[in-house]
Amino acid sequence: MPGPALEPGTQVVMESSDLQKFIDVLWRKGYHVVGPTVRNGVVVYDELKSVTDLPAGWTDEQEGATYRLKKTDGKAFFAYGIGPDSLKKFLHPPVVRLWRARREGAGFQTVEETEEPPKYAFLGVRACDLHAVAAHDRVFTSEEYADPSYARRRRDIFVVAVNCAKAGNTCFCVSMRTGPKATVGFDLALTEILEGERHYFVVEVGSETGAAVLREIPFKEATAAEKSAAERVIAATAGQMRKALDTTNIRELLYDNPEHPFWDEVAERCLTCGNCTMVCPTCFCTAVEDVTDLAGETAERRRHWDSCFTEDFSYLHGGSVRASAKARYRQWMTHKLAAWLDQFGTLGCVGCGRCITWCPVGIDITEQARALRDKGRIERPSVTVGEHASP
Amino acid sequence: MPVREDKRGQERVWETRGSLPEPMLPLPFTVRKTRKETHDTYTLELQSESRPGGLAFAAGQFNMLYAFGVGEVPVSISGDPAAPEVLVHTVRAVGPVTRAISGVKPGDMLGVRGPFGTRWPLEDALGSDVVVVAGGIGLAPLRPALYQLFRRRRDYKRVALLYGARSPRDILYRRELGRWDKRPGVDVHVTVDHATEGWGGNEGVVTALIPKVEFDPAATVVMVCGPEIMMRFTVIEFQKRGVPSEKIYISMERNMQCGIGFCGHCQLGPYFVCKDGPVFRFGTIETFFGRREM
Repeated sequence: MPGPALEPGTQVVMESSDLQKFIDVLWRKGYHVVGPTVRNGVVVYDELKSVTDLPAGWTDEQEGATYRLKKTDGKAFFAYGIGPDSLKKFLHPPVVRLWRARREGAGFQTVEETEEPPKYAFLGVRACDLHAVAAHDRVFTSEEYADPSYARRRRDIFVVAVNCAKAGNTCFCVSMRTGPKATVGFDLALTEILEGERHYFVVEVGSETGAAVLREIPFKEATAAEKSAAERVIAATAGQMRKALDTTNIRELLYDNPEHPFWDEVAERCLTCGNCTMVCPTCFCTAVEDVTDLAGETAERRRHWDSCFTEDFSYLHGGSVRASAKARYRQWMTHKLAAWLDQFGTLGCVGCGRCITWCPVGIDITEQARALRDKGRIERPSVTVGEHASP
Repeated sequence: MPVREDKRGQERVWETRGSLPEPMLPLPFTVRKTRKETHDTYTLELQSESRPGGLAFAAGQFNMLYAFGVGEVPVSISGDPAAPEVLVHTVRAVGPVTRAISGVKPGDMLGVRGPFGTRWPLEDALGSDVVVVAGGIGLAPLRPALYQLFRRRRDYKRVALLYGARSPRDILYRRELGRWDKRPGVDVHVTVDHATEGWGGNEGVVTALIPKVEFDPAATVVMVCGPEIMMRFTVIEFQKRGVPSEKIYISMERNMQCGIGFCGHCQLGPYFVCKDGPVFRFGTIETFFGRREM
């Protein structure tokens, strides 16, 4: 059956009744399929075998310090906003063993960790999280050093993006130019459409690998009406977005106001719990932990997520460099919105809003940035620190 | 020695990158010799059976040293870059890991990852006066630079070393300091914060030694390593005397766990001290240096 040529940018239609076939094809092709599912009252990413695992009939309400799942009458699989998980959980896992060592005589032998991770296919990835993966690519696969653990996990992933059909109350991707439409980093991108009794996906091809998967399931060419239905969904989502972060001269704004009283005000509310860093899809800091067995014969090094909000994070003999909550919040926000640009040529914020939702006291980075802009001043709008290239 | 200017205008060293094939995997080195330098500081000489040529490094770089089952810490290399077959580290016992490392005996093994980080500007200093200022154990990362300055003595103009220790019993490399002092063309001054009985030398902070040395502020390179407060006042003194921030270099210390810019602990403003430092041109980090809790 000669179908439409499937090239990047081609849009086709897949009926929702074929979604199971689609998942099955991914498993058959050797992927470990991961998708959204409801667990412990939140939407998480986990192994996905059946469409019945998807959060159909669920949506959520999110605000600062608030996340509530809500039942709906709808049939949509992807009517929820992002939960606390991002792809970070899989590509840069919370705990990774780097190596093991065994005592031998007066010395020891080290054995590198070479375990092959699963080949992941991710279903339901939102545009903001795709930008977060692109940001991690810059962190972990730079020209100097590549992180072998990340590189192994990242190399063969298959990404099925879903364009957001609803803006969460803490989302601000439009202002960060990272969403709500997936534009980069996907193999296939779905827009879910419910029209009366009809439930289908407009599927955009992002790569040849994506096209190859699509060829194994039923699809048909998208009509102009179907394409514009998809566009309307995305435009409506963008239109709903209430929050925004103005990134004009944001780096200078942060670098020029390190001693502003503004930081004292936010420090009074910040609990330094580190939740924001755990749910952030771009926060990448880790600590290493060397452990041994009781006999002292074997040892291993584990790397686990760490947070710049802990006192230990900046510890040097004698004390912590950043002992106060003010200094730690300043480090986090300045890193996200200023230092990232110097270090990796991109902001460390993708506008997903998780740090707002999961902050127990509802500190809102968009409000903080606005407050700093209102109160602080940019002394040298065109002068950058050192000889930084502009991103 | 291929050196690249990166986008931040900071000099970086590349020639030793990949000196060890796996930057995350400690390579076992055998302890050949140990020397007690002071009551709490030890110098270790290490060699690797699997790498008889040793570990090429540049003056100013550091390694991550691993004590089996205990942990890992960053320690600057204090040996001679011209003799890389012996890896020399000087360690002060201040915590559990440095105590374990200080307690090794010949025949024991330590894990080594590295070398990491930037170098002292020995090329940049050719043809200039050079003033080296060290505080406490800050002399250790400067010793490789001193070896190179002495080896190519004729390629530099005046060379001076100003060294401050807390008390006479904290003076590092005491015998070597005496030998350096006798070298022609090297001006060595040592001071202690607190003199004890029998100390006939200078007493006071290291900045008080600056008036004792002659240098041309317009053509001098200053290299400083020591506690941050000492570096701050040293930099101020040289700036007052007209040495530009671009010709003053300092070596920074921060919590470091990976050495390659992944763990995030060592950040100072836009910089990762582990790979953009530890040696910085002062002009580069002036904005961030010395700010409280930065």
